[in-house]
Amino acid sequence: MSILKKLLTAVRGAASDAGEAIVDTQAIRIMEQEMRDAKKQLNVAKENLTKIMAEKMGVEREVKRLQKSVTEHEAYAMQALEKNDETLALQVADKIAELTNELETQTALLNSYSDNVKTLKQSITTTERNIKSLERELSVVKTTESVQKANAAAAAKFSGSGSSLSSASESLERIKSKQQKRSDQMKAAMELQREQGDGDLQSKLKAAGIVNSESSGNDILARIKAKRAAG
Amino acid sequence: MKDEMNLKLLASTLDGITTEQGLKLTADIIPGEIDVLQVQAEDREEFPIYVTVDDSQILCVSYMWKEPEVKEGKREELLDALLTMNIPMPLSAFSKVGDQYIIFGALSKNSDVDDVAEDIEALSNNTMDALEILSEYLK
Repeated sequence: MSILKKLLTAVRGAASDAGEAIVDTQAIRIMEQEMRDAKKQLNVAKENLTKIMAEKMGVEREVKRLQKSVTEHEAYAMQALEKNDETLALQVADKIAELTNELETQTALLNSYSDNVKTLKQSITTTERNIKSLERELSVVKTTESVQKANAAAAAKFSGSGSSLSSASESLERIKSKQQKRSDQMKAAMELQREQGDGDLQSKLKAAGIVNSESSGNDILARIKAKRAAG
Repeated sequence: MKDEMNLKLLASTLDGITTEQGLKLTADIIPGEIDVLQVQAEDREEFPIYVTVDDSQILCVSYMWKEPEVKEGKREELLDALLTMNIPMPLSAFSKVGDQYIIFGALSKNSDVDDVAEDIEALSNNTMDALEILSEYLK
């Protein structure tokens, strides 16, 4: 079973029947153990990788040595033939055959090591990813546990019982009314500012003669008469 | 060389600051099996943001509601809404631990305090938005 699957099982199993405390300490212990095991596995895999890579290097050297040897002996065989020494040439050819067989074996071994290294590296990457996932989940679960303990302590202090605190809806309502109050206060302050500000402006305009202090009935009548005469 | 992000540093830097968008924060450390930093935004004290630091990340978590608070028959719609809202929501993501619905943000442990403050601010605003939008699914 993949680590993630084990994790989901452990976390689901932790949800209690009462629907109250959702964090099972036992589940945390299990997850912590899983993580310790995964980390151990990771270290073993890394050690294996180092060993195998070292062995692979050894085989690589051997392959190169054999290739060089084959090339050299082929040259010897050529020389023997030029000297018309068939017997010698045959002896060298036998040696080349031996070397070639050995080379084939070592090359096959090298390929197998290369594959192993690739597989191990992939498995290590996957395990590291799994461990990071576990760490993340554990972090959240442990935080939840700490917070629940703190909340329970606080609730017990004030109400004398371990009762759960208010619902999210109730809390939201309280927050909204606080915000409304603040916003109302600000609005009131702004309006007050505006009124006083306006009053100030009006008197300034009057003083400057831009706005008439009073429009009298006569003034208005005269204006209307003038309009009628013009239109 | 940057100081390694730790809870004490965060606590002392965040306590009493006002964020870019005007949230006034207070921060205290809750001791426990792992130390948790409790950050509260003014007027939103009922939805604290809990911050923890470990080897791989800085985690900020806020608790929204519990399973029993979900209206009967509305759970599927709620879950659908949560999944859909994950992408447009900046920096945070919805999740569930047991029967507790949470919203969280995760930062690299190489982040600086400004990054954490920004994440906390987003988390708080997102929590309020989510509660507002999803209140029709809650009792």
